[in-house]
This record gives sequence, C-alpha cells and structure tokens, in this order.
Amino acid sequence: MRIALFVTCLADTLFPEAAKATVRLLERLGHEVVFPDGQTCCGQMHVNTGYQAQAVPLVRRHVRTFDPFDVIVAPSGSCVGSVRHQHAVVARRAGDVRLASRAESVAGRTFELSELLVDVLGVTDVGAFFPHRVTYHPTCHSLRMHGVADRPVRLLREVRGLDLVELPAADQCCGFGGTFAVKNADTSTAMLADKLRHVVSTGAEVCTAGDASCLMHIGGGLSRSGSAVRTVHLAEILASTEHDTVADERGEQVVRS
Amino acid sequence: MTRAFLGMPTTAPRGVGHLRGEQTFPAAARQALADPQLRRNLGHATATIRAKSAGVIAEVPDWEQLRAAGSAIKADVLARLPELLEQLEDRVSAAGGVVHWAADANEANAIVVDLVRATGNDRVIKVKSMVTQEIGLNEALEAAGIAPVETDLAELIVQLGEDRPSHILVPAIHRNRAEIREIFLRAMPGVDPGLTDEPAVLAAAARRFLRQTFLSTPVAVSGANFAVAETGTLAVVESEGNGRMCLTLPRTLITVMGVEKVVPTWRDLEVFLQLLPRASTGERMNPYTSMWTGVSPGDGPQEFHLVLLDNGRSAVLADEVGRQALHCIRCSACLNVCPVYERTGGHAYGSVYPGPIGAVLSPQLTGVADNASLPYASSLCGACYDACPVKINIPELLVHLRDQAPHPRGESAAMAAAAYAMDHPALYAAAQRATRLSRLTGRRGRGLPPPLSGWTASRDLPEPPAQTFRQWWASR
Ligand code: SF4
Repeated sequence: MRIALFVTCLADTLFPEAAKATVRLLERLGHEVVFPDGQTCCGQMHVNTGYQAQAVPLVRRHVRTFDPFDVIVAPSGSCVGSVRHQHAVVARRAGDVRLASRAESVAGRTFELSELLVDVLGVTDVGAFFPHRVTYHPTCHSLRMHGVADRPVRLLREVRGLDLVELPAADQCCGFGGTFAVKNADTSTAMLADKLRHVVSTGAEVCTAGDASCLMHIGGGLSRSGSAVRTVHLAEILASTEHDTVADERGEQVVRS
Repeated sequence: MTRAFLGMPTTAPRGVGHLRGEQTFPAAARQALADPQLRRNLGHATATIRAKSAGVIAEVPDWEQLRAAGSAIKADVLARLPELLEQLEDRVSAAGGVVHWAADANEANAIVVDLVRATGNDRVIKVKSMVTQEIGLNEALEAAGIAPVETDLAELIVQLGEDRPSHILVPAIHRNRAEIREIFLRAMPGVDPGLTDEPAVLAAAARRFLRQTFLSTPVAVSGANFAVAETGTLAVVESEGNGRMCLTLPRTLITVMGVEKVVPTWRDLEVFLQLLPRASTGERMNPYTSMWTGVSPGDGPQEFHLVLLDNGRSAVLADEVGRQALHCIRCSACLNVCPVYERTGGHAYGSVYPGPIGAVLSPQLTGVADNASLPYASSLCGACYDACPVKINIPELLVHLRDQAPHPRGESAAMAAAAYAMDHPALYAAAQRATRLSRLTGRRGRGLPPPLSGWTASRDLPEPPAQTFRQWWASR
C-alpha cells in the first residue's frame, strides 16, 4: 500500500526518531511510504490557542498537500484529532465550504498509527523485538477523541521480549494540553506530578505513548526529577527488531528517546 | 408583571452577583494549589463520587440512548424557547401562581425583595440554588434588611463560614469535618458548646437549628431543576429533605429559575430524572423529588411566584455553537472527572459555576472579555464531554470561546509570525534549524524567558536533534 506520512511539525522538528521509526516500520511491513513536500503544521496550536482565522492557510495547505493520497498516517493522536475534528470547522467558519468538504474527505483518509496498523493493515504482530519493561500512557486524544482503545496495547502485547506493565490511573491527563502547559503552568505541573508518580510506581524502564507531545511533557518531567525512566514513542518500539538489540550489546542505544 | 425580553440580548451586568472572579484563573489556581489540605479534600471527594457514579451508570444498559435523548430534548427546548416559556407562564398563572420576567440579576433581585417585603417578613428560608447565587440574591436581601437562611447542610456550612461554595453539588467540598465543627461553634445560633466533629453529631446540630428555622419562617426562596411547560409544574430534586420543608411549609414560595430550565412535557422528565441522580450523586434515584403546580387551597404554600431569569442567557442562545452550554442540568459530573478542577477546586474559577461547565458558561453569560482566562482553564483532555449526561461538547466550546477571547499583544504577534512561517516551507525549515540555537538558552531550556519559563520551571525541554526528519528524508 502507498501511505503518505503526515509527520507533524513536532516530530519533524524535535522527535524525528518517532517519524523515522514510522517509516522503517511501514516499509518493513512491505508498504511504500511517501513524504509529501510542502507539509508543515496542521494548525492545531493556532486553533487551540484561539487563532482560528490564522489557521485557515495552514488547513488549506494541509488539505492541498494530502488530498492526492488514499491513506495518510501520523504518529500522533492529537494531530489526527486536529485534522478530523477541527479542519472542517475552521474552514466552515471562514466561509470556505469547498475547503471544508475537502478537509472532511482528507480527514476520512487520515489515521493515527495504531489505527492504521490494526484497522487498515490488519496486523497486531508487527515482528518487533524490544526487551524492556514498558508502561503505556493512553494520551487523551487517542483515548477519548478517536477511541483507539486497546489497539496500542494489542500491538505492544505482540512485541517479543517486551514486559508490559499497567499504568495506574492511566486515563488521567498528563497535563500537557498545548498552551495549557504554559498558560496554566502550575496546574499543569500538579497534573504532571501525579502522572510521574504513577509512571515511576510501575517500575518500568520505558514509558510509551502515541503522541510525541505528551511524551515530551512526561519526559521533560522525568528528566527534571532525575528519573531513569525513558520516554519512547510507540512507533520506535514497534520498529525495533533483534538487529537493534545487537547494536545495544555493542554499547549503542537501542532507541533514541 | 414586567416584560423585559426586548431588544438585543445583553450579557449579565457587572457589579451584582457572582459570575466574575477578582483574579485570573492561573493566579487563583496558584493559591489553591499551594493548599495541601484543599488538594486532599478535593482529591478524596471527587474520586469517591466518580467511582460511585461510574458504578450506577454501568447498571443502565441504555445510558447512551438516555444521554442522546437528554441532549435532543434540550436542543428542542432551545430552538423554541419563547413559545415554551409563554406556555409555562399560562399554565402557572392558570394554576394560581404569578409569573415575573427578569432581564437580569438586578431586576430579579428587586422582584424578590419586593415580594418578601410585601409579606412583612424579615427572614426567608432557602433551598440550595445556583441561580440565586448567580444573581447575588442573598446580598440583595441582606441589603434590604432581610435575612436569608440556607437550609442545605453544605450550603449552610458555607454561609455560616462566610465562605463561597466551591462545587455545584457539594458546596463545602473544600471543608473537612474539623473545619465544619469550628464554623458551627463560631456561627450557629444556639449551638451546643460541647459539639464534636462526628458527622452524625454535626448533622444533628444542623438539624436542630434548621427545624426551628423551618417552623418559624413563612417565606421560602428556591431555584428549580425543571419546569414543565405543558402543565406548569416545577420540580426540585434534592437529597436532604430540607427542600421538601421549604417547598411545603411556608405560606409564600418564590422560585427563581433560569429560562433554559423549561422542558416541553411531563414525559420529558423521565429522561432527566434518570440521568441526573446517576451522573451527579451516583444514586439510582435522588431521595427527594418535589413537584408542584401553582397553589393548592389548604395544602402547601398559598402564594407562589415564579421569577424567570435571563441574565445573559439570550446572548448565549444567540451563539449557535455556544448555546449547548444551556443544556446543562447542573449535575456536576464534569467537575468530578476534571483533572484541573480536582487540583484547583472551585474558587479558582471565580464564579458560582466552577469546573468545565463554569469555564464555558460564565464567559458566555458575562461576555468573554470579562472572564477571558476561563476558556484556557483546561487541557482539553475531553473527560468532561464523556461524562456529561446531556452530551455538551465542552472541549469544542472551550476552543470556540478561546477564539473570542482578547489575546495578549505579544502572543498575537508570535502566532501571526508562526502562521506565516508555517505557510512558507522554506521559512519553516529555517525556523526548524533555528531550534538548534535553543541550546543557547541554557541547558534544556532552563534559561528561557516568560511565558516559556512556565514550561521550564518544572520540565526540561528535549535536546534538539542533529537533523530534522525532513533533512533525513532528503538525504535518504
Ligand atoms: S455540563 Fe454536563 S456534566 Fe457538567 S454539570 Fe452540566 S450537565 Fe453535568
């Protein structure tokens, strides 16, 4: 299958390993990945901060960039949420009905990574190997907006060597929320503190999730608190194979977090 | 009778009532977060209600259909509100009640004060009501020399403590029993000085005080949960029985009701009376449901007044997206599941309507500029939307209201620049490369200036990678 990668601005700029892993994984499964030129940002930051009018050109750019493709994947529940639940609204409010209907069409072909794997490609065993104790944080947008439900967990259960431990109060928000983390830094930090406590209580070496943004938040808190727990994007775990572990034994990193 | 629904819808007036806080949400939240006792009380109380509510909701096989029905009924009500209100007025009047229309808090307060004065009494008993807090009725009554006595236990604790409610359903959720004992000893007339902090002892003390008050006060003021247009019937649901006392014992009953509380038919109540108790207190059925239609000679209040309040609701109704906030049945489920509310408590929201519903209702009633920080008081996690028994899409509303909020000038400039760069891929790529310069801001961003220092106060920034994804892709 020919799959267009919607990399998301955050993964592109700060977490390229998650995006590279998405490419490696899909190619390993026998699919062709294309990276449409001209993609930048879906505009979620503008919409969620209260600047819908400024998001219009970004929505238009996104729709123009991805309209030619039948299947589009992003390694982010949150950015897929923006495409599905915000793009048409933004276009309609700007009075551009044609853009709204094209946005809806693109949204219908856009999938979060675990949805693509399980629902579209029909795989749960992706042939991965990741010999670590891992806990999974279901990010709010994946959990509630898309109902990806147990898809990521089903994928993780099939990963060889992986010891999956349940995260207490997993459905509680980590406190990121984009601008919320800056505008309401104190409340966000209080939410994060509880999330970190739960992550550490699992004894996991790795905390994973399907959103680089929430992982950046949790990882930033773990790093600040001096914890040894690493954050690793779901795509990186699913892309790992025995080959990577050999590298590990030679003293290199298994996955870059 | 006054007819005040004329002209353009206006927002709730300033200087009266409790819809506006003195501080922004982040500032007020900071104080609340620094109070460990408050955090413990809140965490414990919300977790308990959450679990209880989830348990009884799981028993109902058609919960999702009930939610959809509740939402559809409310949407229908809002679509033909004027017609339903006139029908309600006709039926209440025909049953011996008197209907008053109040455009805002000032009008409603004046109507109630005049009605109480006309009875010649200087004290009223009150059933817990959000709407009378919204309009600041107690202050208006006190200013007119009339003493309002709250009869809901938690509301009484708040009143005696000269405090403000912090939860829709459990107004004293921020108080524990030791604090309650102190408040009673200090402020409850005729209290036993040997009072302990046993819950049963505290409740008995309140009961003794309230019984005397019920039996000696001939005027009551209530809110309403529902009003049935086809019959003119008012409904109040409650747990303690104090409401039943207030609604049946006095000679005169004055009910203040937001205009959105009307439902078309008696049959519609069957949906809401199933949704409300399970979503709010986690009970299968609320202990007391009182309903009355006008006056019945020789039984219950012989004089009944219904005050229909707008106070900004017409303005909310005029906003196609925003109007769903008027579906709210004040169950407080959204508060109990909200990770922000759980940590900041209700006072941080500065309004009688706290939590997620407050964050979308208060700014609409007052105009967004007067409550500009509230739409941002959420991480948009969506737990409120899942919990709401009438399916109010609170995250959608928050984002909608953020768009109407006045923005700080520096932020507007930065967002405009970002949008411009993101629409020009070459500029965007240059900006990406510039993130590598962020190493200059100190180790993992710790040297960043405000507002970004809000992030780095407690969280490190990731090290920018050597290569962006698109550089890697181009080099493949
Ligand atoms: S918004 Fe929904 S959940 Fe919140 S109090 Fe109102 S009805 Fe209940």
